[in-house]
Amino acid sequence: MTGLQKLLNTAAALCGFYALVTGIGALSPALLLAAGLVIAGGLRLSPVLAGAWPGAWSILMRSQFDLLISLVAAGAVLAALQDGMAGAVWALAIAAWLHGWLAVEKTIADDAHSKGFNWVVSLGVPLFFGFWLLFFWEALTIGLGIPTVLLPPPSMIGARLVSSTAILMADFRQTFLKAVLAGYAIGCGSAVLVAILVDRNDFLRRGLLPIGNFISALPIIGVAPIMVMWFGFDWQSKAAVIVIMTFFPMMVNTLSGLSAASVMERDLLNTYAAGYWQSLFKLRLPAAMPFIFNALKINSTLALIGAIVAEFFGTPIVGIGFRISTEVGRMNLDMVWAEIAVAALAGSASYGALSLLERRVTFWHPSYRTK
Amino acid sequence: MTETLKHKVLPILTIVAAIGVIWYGFTVYLNAPWQIDQYEKSATEWSMNELVRDTMAHDRPVLPAPHQVVVEIWKTTVQKKITSKRSLIYHSWITLSSTLLGFVMGTFTGMMLAIFIVENRAMDKSLMPWIITSQTIPILAIAPMIIVVLNAVGLSGLLPKALISTYLSFFPIAVGMVKGLRSPDPMLIDLMRTYNTSRWHLFFALRLPSSVPYLFTSMKIAIAISLVGAIVGELPTGAVAGLGARLLSGSYYGQTIQIWSALLTAATLAALLVIAVNIAAQITQRMMGVPK
Amino acid sequence: MTKSSSSNTVIKAEKLNLDFDTNDGIVHALRDLDLEIEAGEFVSFIGPSGCGKTTFLRVIADLETPTAGSIAVNGQAPEQARLARAYGYVFQAPALLSWRTIARNISLPLEIMGLSRAEQQERVERTINLVGLDGFGKKFPWQLSGGMQQRASIARALAFDADLLLMDEPFGALDEIVRDHLNEQLLQLWKKTGKTICFVTHSIPEAVYLSTKIVVMSPRPGRITDVITSDLPDDRPLDIRETPKFLEIAQRVREGLREGHADE
Repeated sequence: MTGLQKLLNTAAALCGFYALVTGIGALSPALLLAAGLVIAGGLRLSPVLAGAWPGAWSILMRSQFDLLISLVAAGAVLAALQDGMAGAVWALAIAAWLHGWLAVEKTIADDAHSKGFNWVVSLGVPLFFGFWLLFFWEALTIGLGIPTVLLPPPSMIGARLVSSTAILMADFRQTFLKAVLAGYAIGCGSAVLVAILVDRNDFLRRGLLPIGNFISALPIIGVAPIMVMWFGFDWQSKAAVIVIMTFFPMMVNTLSGLSAASVMERDLLNTYAAGYWQSLFKLRLPAAMPFIFNALKINSTLALIGAIVAEFFGTPIVGIGFRISTEVGRMNLDMVWAEIAVAALAGSASYGALSLLERRVTFWHPSYRTK
Repeated sequence: MTETLKHKVLPILTIVAAIGVIWYGFTVYLNAPWQIDQYEKSATEWSMNELVRDTMAHDRPVLPAPHQVVVEIWKTTVQKKITSKRSLIYHSWITLSSTLLGFVMGTFTGMMLAIFIVENRAMDKSLMPWIITSQTIPILAIAPMIIVVLNAVGLSGLLPKALISTYLSFFPIAVGMVKGLRSPDPMLIDLMRTYNTSRWHLFFALRLPSSVPYLFTSMKIAIAISLVGAIVGELPTGAVAGLGARLLSGSYYGQTIQIWSALLTAATLAALLVIAVNIAAQITQRMMGVPK
Repeated sequence: MTKSSSSNTVIKAEKLNLDFDTNDGIVHALRDLDLEIEAGEFVSFIGPSGCGKTTFLRVIADLETPTAGSIAVNGQAPEQARLARAYGYVFQAPALLSWRTIARNISLPLEIMGLSRAEQQERVERTINLVGLDGFGKKFPWQLSGGMQQRASIARALAFDADLLLMDEPFGALDEIVRDHLNEQLLQLWKKTGKTICFVTHSIPEAVYLSTKIVVMSPRPGRITDVITSDLPDDRPLDIRETPKFLEIAQRVREGLREGHADE
């Protein structure tokens, strides 16, 4: 074990020990089992066991054992949450997390795994981390008795997600499928076209590039009230906000992308006497793709923010932003978080889809190359 | 010198002038229907000249003319006492202070996360995807709730707004800094290894200095986005103070000139902040001996 | 060697001048260049950096415009020659588009010229075979070694069958062994196709080994100091480089280069 692994293991063992000493009479059987496992994990720190019982030692050393400890302990803690959180339970919660970390440390320590395994790790490890975030969120809100009007536990939000699907779907349709998609497509599409037109004129390009850069850094979202005044309460005004928000990052990125092809590559096309459109489609646009995807990804987040914030300034009685602002007023925080979860899911899914598409289209870029 | 003037300043000025002209054009176009309506109601004869003149003098225009906005800014900055609730300088200061606090906290958080990620592989694998996911959550949408919730637990004023800026600004810093900390040439790292350098020394002598240019590039993005966070954070506070509050109250009462003047002030503020980071970057890099 | 009996001039430069206006003042990249290149010749341009050898190649290719004097390519102005696709150009780096496979890179000029699909495919296959890259057509450039990439870029220049090949230090970035190998192949290719080749290089042995004519140039201002016609036999195995005749020519080139420096 490395120094860090020993440290984690020691800390976990101390927590287990503390739990057992302070809570021996009060702990449920599940928690007792968890404490026992944690202490068994602690035994690995002693070299005596390695000599006395090598078979058991090698099983105990495996990362799967750490995973087992952490999951059993986490489960036992979650089951005990309703009865309030004593010091012993907290100690076990921390021990569970430390063993989870230890399992991850050990799993990724050796690189010599199959490609499939590495893929599972690169997906599983972050999910595992997400599990711990939710675990502590749940443990803290319920264990400390935080009022649900302040921060509802994930289990409550999950229940709301399931029970209010119809409302959530309607809001998603209004905000995402109507406003975001329309605004995003118009904003990004027109920006690429404008950038291609502007690029033909060097004077225009030199003027628009710094100005576009500047405008991209501005709090454009502030135009939301104006757009609501101009285009009304429905999704069109939100789409308009998104068009303005996404336009400049895309234009600036496309403009820089169009000049990304090297001088030598342009000379090459010149020696073929290639026309403007030929060199645009065969050389400059493909070379600009990494830049365009960069903007597409930035804009996917901006678009969602734009739509939701614009809904604060007026909307028909449907939409993610509308629901958030009204339910905050009614102190229905679980509904608010359910909407946030929908928005986050939509945002992550779009981002992920764009990343996959980027990998597809710009497979040749040094950051994606595979021999 | 004349070269830079010709190749940099002139194109920018031309575009700015063009934007001004288009703006005036739209002012007339967008405000004309209402104005014509007015003429017809009062049955006055009107010429094109009068129409153009009158469309630029509305109290609550659909789109105010640039000079109206400039006059409004002038009135609410130079001609108002700084302590006045109607002074834009007062509101700007409120926004600026939470921007800066959020930016500082965000930069610190981002740097710390980057260091953890670079120095520990488990952190890298677990955290990096979540850092990216965190930005796909439209945090600005949670802003009103965060403000309300934090107010309920007794946190009010600057900090809640600053926390939103922090959330927005830590991301570019963390991503840029990770890139920067990993940027040293592998050959240089190997060289340090041949000196039997400790991990700490490698970090301070090689990784940290190489990350500085990346850090400043990220800081430019971070400070701009901090300002956005502060402004949106001011929207739900019941329109008390700050540029965001000016936007909100402007939109409640249809005070378009007030909205535009707040927007333009915010733009100016953003420009000044980015310029300030730029200057800091230049000074630092000169001190570190990086050629321009 | 397929020297055509009626020797016709491919490139003719007279009193050619090219000045660059830089921040440090005017740079005379080319000064009063006079040169004639006949069809089927293999001409090397050699000289220290800044002597204008690459610039001269770029003038032929219409990538630079001369300030004074005249230049004709196939009896035309360079621009007309370029529009007529009179030459293939091989750059210092392979300059292959990384999103296209080797085969699609080679067919790039053919697409631009608007050849039919079938014609494109036929030519791509032929040139891939010519440079010995059979079986690599479906690979992407970054999946091949530097030497193979440069061969692909030569194949691309050969694909549209121009009679003139301009090569700007094509092997400069490769190691000695690969370079020897490609030199041999290039020589065979030249013999097989009978093209006129203008070849810029830094290396004296390379220039002597490949060329029928060696143009020695020197910098500040960029000019020709010597033109050496090589009388080495057509058949040149690699070990010809140890023969007295080869060394003699190499010696003359070296003296020409030294003379250029003594002027300063």
